[in-house]
Amino acid sequence: MSEAALTLSNLTIAYDRHPAVHHVSGTLKHGSLTAIAGPNGAGKSTLLKAIIGELAPAEGRIEHGLKRAEIGYLPQAAEINRRFPINVLDTVLLGDWHQSGAFGRVSRAALAKAQGALHAVGLEGFDKRAIGSLSAGQFQRVLFARLLLQDARLILLDEPFTAIDARTTRDLLGLVSNWHGEGRTVVAVLHDFDQVRTHFPETLLIARELIGWGTTKDVMTPDNLARARAMAERFDETAEICAPQRETAA
Amino acid sequence: MSAYEIFLAPMVDYGFMRRALVACLCLALGSGPMGVFLMMRRMSLMGDALSHAVLPGAAIGYLVAGSLSLTAMGIGGLVAGLSVALLSGAVSRATVLSEDASFASFYLASLALGVLIVSLRGSNIDLLHVLFGTILAIDTQALVLIGAITSVTLLVLALIYRPLVAECFDPGFLRAVGGRGPLYHIAFLALVVLNLVASFQALGTLMAVGLMMLPAAIAQLWSRNLPRMLAIAALTAFISGYLGLIASYHLEIASGPTIIMVAAIIYGASIFIAPSGLARRYFPRPHLKG
Repeated sequence: MSEAALTLSNLTIAYDRHPAVHHVSGTLKHGSLTAIAGPNGAGKSTLLKAIIGELAPAEGRIEHGLKRAEIGYLPQAAEINRRFPINVLDTVLLGDWHQSGAFGRVSRAALAKAQGALHAVGLEGFDKRAIGSLSAGQFQRVLFARLLLQDARLILLDEPFTAIDARTTRDLLGLVSNWHGEGRTVVAVLHDFDQVRTHFPETLLIARELIGWGTTKDVMTPDNLARARAMAERFDETAEICAPQRETAA
Repeated sequence: MSAYEIFLAPMVDYGFMRRALVACLCLALGSGPMGVFLMMRRMSLMGDALSHAVLPGAAIGYLVAGSLSLTAMGIGGLVAGLSVALLSGAVSRATVLSEDASFASFYLASLALGVLIVSLRGSNIDLLHVLFGTILAIDTQALVLIGAITSVTLLVLALIYRPLVAECFDPGFLRAVGGRGPLYHIAFLALVVLNLVASFQALGTLMAVGLMMLPAAIAQLWSRNLPRMLAIAALTAFISGYLGLIASYHLEIASGPTIIMVAAIIYGASIFIAPSGLARRYFPRPHLKG
């Protein structure tokens, strides 16, 4: 197995030809714990969506050598139908998809793991509760329990702690460091820079273009953060075509 | 009149009433659950649009077969309904039009085409039959087709239940784990069209969707648990069918609309007395300690 869990080569992802992620290259080491930081519109969520294959690159490549079910992905909560009549246990059991698939049986082992996951996120006894009756923090705990069940090698979290209170954030950050301890590769999009500095050894700072990627201390400098802010504010409706770049040139 | 004369005699005395009752049972078992899923996918009005979209295919089937042959009309309706569903899905993905906008355009075109085709060859009576159905004229062959559609519906629904639930609840997750969400969506739409075709002769294109959406709305008022909602929808659809048939027999009124009216009355009553209805607002139960 190679050293890199994820390699981006000259990656550009565009909406309507306007790049949201522009010529980004770099690698994520196996078992690394990385924060993706940057202002709004910097392409952080876009980058995650491209990694799971939901968005196709306009240019460049993403390599991770994993099957889709081996990547755990936590989207921003807005994409989920919270009013759907489904209970907590069934939601967590969706995380067994890599075993059960669309048609297979949910094994006893998976059921036991689901109960264990609910315990780990502090929601034991909630299994029969309807999703619609949970608070935002409890619901985020449910989604983390589902991720626990997925047993993924690469875990991508899109703003996992937005609108989540301090105690829940602390509990869930504990799970993230457990994953890190188990040797899984974890990437999280975050807005709280203090959180990034305290809990994430590596940082990818992006503002459409890569500002810095490496140890958090080296990347999260005042200089870099100022550059990120300045770059994100630019949007050119009449931008010219970006000349094709060779990988060596980038 | 004794209870026997009111509730059982019509079924015991007349074969056409028995066939209509069996048809109602089949339609209830298939359409009720379909309606619940449509509602859960926030596609309540799509069902309505689809039921109109079925018309040109059914009309062509009618012309080809030369009579109200449910098989020919069914196949035509299935093709037309699925084409509209898939075309509007494709257009909404390829253009700026949202799915409901392209659906509306396609089904209106489809409905117009259907009425044109019927009026080209058939009489106004035929058009009335197509639009409003003739549940009392269902023959054994039609009954077999309806029963087959119900069986297929229940089997396929049991098979795709988990991915369909995942697709309704969290399509992003299904995509992320590589589940083929659009495939199940299409399979589901095909089932909806099949059930509309089944309801076609019984209730007509205009009312077919009534036995889908009203029981689904009723189920949503009574329960917040999906399997229970599916059962409630099927049960209320059947009760509406049975009471509708009985009422239309004794009052000598059209049976299709009567069935839908009974469902509407149950819906109206549920709005007041169901746990999720108005009752909770006006008679709040005391809150709990924790």
